[in-house]
Amino acid sequence: MPDSTPAVQHTGATPLLQTVGLTKRYGTLLANEAVDIDIWPQQIHALLGENGAGKSTLVKTVYGLIQPSEGEMRWQGEQMVLSGPSDARARGIGMVFQHFSLFDNLTVAENVALGLDGKESFKDMSARLEEVSRVYGLPLNPKREVWQLSVGERQRIEIVRALMQNPKFLILDEPTAVLTPQEADQLFIVLDRLKAEGCAILYISHKLAEVKRLCDTATILRDGKKVSTCNPKAETAASLARMMVGGEIGRVKAAANRQTNVPRLVVNDLTLAPDDLHGVRLQHVSFELRGGEILGIAGVAGNGQDELFAALSGERLAQDPDTVVIDGRAAGHLSITQRRKLGAAFVPEERLGHAAAPRMKLSENALLTGHAASGMVQHGFVNTAAMLKTVDRATEAFDVRKARRDPEAASLSGGNLQKFIVGREILRSPAVLVVSQPTWGVDAGAAAVIRQALLDLAASGAAVLVTSQDLDELTEITDRIAVMFHGHLSEPMATVDASREKLGLLMGGSTLEQKEAAHAAGA
Amino acid sequence: MGLIEAIILAVLAASTPLLLAATGELVTERAGVLNLGVEGMMIVGAACGFGGAWLSGSVIIGALCGIGAGVLMSLIFALMTLGLAVNQVATGLALTILGVGLSGLIGSRFVGEKISLAPHLYIPGLTDIPLVGRILFGEDAFVYLSLALVIGVWFFLYKTRTGLILRAAGDNHTSARALGYPVLRIRMFAVMFGGACAGLAGAYLPLAYTPFFIPGMTAGRGWIALALVVFASWLPGRLVIGAYLFGAVTILQLHAQGWGVGVPSQLMSALPYLATIIVLVLISRARTGGSTAPAALGTVFVPDR
Repeated sequence: MPDSTPAVQHTGATPLLQTVGLTKRYGTLLANEAVDIDIWPQQIHALLGENGAGKSTLVKTVYGLIQPSEGEMRWQGEQMVLSGPSDARARGIGMVFQHFSLFDNLTVAENVALGLDGKESFKDMSARLEEVSRVYGLPLNPKREVWQLSVGERQRIEIVRALMQNPKFLILDEPTAVLTPQEADQLFIVLDRLKAEGCAILYISHKLAEVKRLCDTATILRDGKKVSTCNPKAETAASLARMMVGGEIGRVKAAANRQTNVPRLVVNDLTLAPDDLHGVRLQHVSFELRGGEILGIAGVAGNGQDELFAALSGERLAQDPDTVVIDGRAAGHLSITQRRKLGAAFVPEERLGHAAAPRMKLSENALLTGHAASGMVQHGFVNTAAMLKTVDRATEAFDVRKARRDPEAASLSGGNLQKFIVGREILRSPAVLVVSQPTWGVDAGAAAVIRQALLDLAASGAAVLVTSQDLDELTEITDRIAVMFHGHLSEPMATVDASREKLGLLMGGSTLEQKEAAHAAGA
Repeated sequence: MGLIEAIILAVLAASTPLLLAATGELVTERAGVLNLGVEGMMIVGAACGFGGAWLSGSVIIGALCGIGAGVLMSLIFALMTLGLAVNQVATGLALTILGVGLSGLIGSRFVGEKISLAPHLYIPGLTDIPLVGRILFGEDAFVYLSLALVIGVWFFLYKTRTGLILRAAGDNHTSARALGYPVLRIRMFAVMFGGACAGLAGAYLPLAYTPFFIPGMTAGRGWIALALVVFASWLPGRLVIGAYLFGAVTILQLHAQGWGVGVPSQLMSALPYLATIIVLVLISRARTGGSTAPAALGTVFVPDR
């Protein structure tokens, strides 16, 4: 593919950072292969690619966390060898991690101090922290412990921590994945301001619309190699996606509306206390889900989605059996297995450790959820042939790619394991499917397969409940969307009426506050 | 000397080894390492401490031998769990079994020997004050050392940058590593500190508590020290309260037996251990907020390169 020159003027003759033939090898696997990237000051440079394309490896190398196997990096034209992140920070390279590098039981100020090199006193640092967070409009209370904070606030800590090092070059790894649209907009304002101040930014994201809007240059990686460097504003989202995947992505399409009027999953005024310190209380959650319908639950992570999943799946039991009704039967008091026997199926968010046992074979994992309601157990003995047949059917129907017929779950890539897990449940022809983050961390190809499978399942008359933080995904496949905030679930609205702004406000809790304000005024 | 005064003195003496061992384990656990081998490190510390003191005639050399033995034992643990990423629980249990056997071997030639105990502080005038003089100004050096150690550990953990980094390594080793901190090296030093404290706690028994060595003389104190760390919710201040509370239970049951309370003596002897279990149950039931276990406690960390 041609290497088109970015259409933006560069300030200065040499790039701020150059990688030349950067290669990183893990055994026989090439995580990065001869990657050349030029980063210029005053530019936001997007790094695009599917999962496993080598984006994380590349930025970890640039941040000094891992050493390259071959190739070199040049900083302002001179060769740069980084012994570790503190070396990178000393040169003015900052990083905001995708999985935050925060410490839950430490305070905001302590977390920031750990990201700095400790040359100033804790008191001076705290003062500067308040100064920076005020100047950039990123409010933070230095004395609070991190576990008490929302995801957006946590990210603010990461960003303020990076800003306090006065970075010349800032790396952001999927910063908007966990933010509401409004929070993302605030972040873009900060990034534009940094850019105007002369900072170079490397921006990793899966959200192509966002990249087109924000970034001046984009480099696309595929299988560890650079495919192209282009101007994202001159490309379409589809053309960028094509370069990332190396082919067309199948578009999901909904079948004709098969919605029935039979409620298959009903939740009545479900209130549930949190079962751990950092948990959320479910508050009067109610909704009705009919056969043939897909209901989406949007919301920032940690607003009660995990608790709702546990209450629906039977991992936690409700006080009152009538709070959860599956296919007309009160099920709030029933165990997971009893709920499966009623025709419900569940796909939790965590693939390894919750949905699948990592060190067990796929066939054994099929047995774990299928033992009660399929032919895999007869008179108390497991039927290995039937287990293997389930694996084969899931493999075929959902294009699960694996090295052997029946490997350990942990040996599959995230996308393939997710296809297997969703397939395992769908093959049981459930009446109700509750699925949490169906395509979290899954590449575009596998995500399309999974979304299509959910649509097809609904078309066959099942009720599907999808919890996701990806609004694009929910808009694409659901019929109605409700938003979870602080354990409350909003009234579901038709997906066609659910604008990003409307959802974003609900995700930030606006209407709840309005409701409370009205209540207070009335009292 | 009145009975109350005698009881308080005995309680302080019985509590000191618990406090020393628990302080070391608290630092180890704050760095994210669960070393269940405290009992083993203590008993080897007791054997080596007695041996050192008996051969040299010096309590100080005995204490140093105990500390050294504890550190060596903890290095075995560090090599296994940090170097080779072996499960910490299994390694800690194995360390205790090893320690019990090893101390019998080391201590066999000292059984039946006797040394003179560590001297008690005597400041003319102050120590002679009625009631409180002996208690405040008449203890052996280990009692003061253990209290100074707790204060030092508190200051280190909450007032120094190194202490902050240690707590960070115990809270989230992946983040600590991502920020460029040498998690394994931090943990190794924390484990060694734990070993030194456990060794000293073990040596305290023959050097300042009873002037002889008998196999198994730690009698489960290492396990109580482990429970104390949980009791204290990993906070140094609460550790002092916990250690003296358990010391008091140990001593009071002895006196209760002497007073002829109508309870079988075996049950009375089991009281400190029963108290440990009851307290652990109460804590886990009552936990609603505040400081909890270091989040990375007991997890194996292998950095990627």
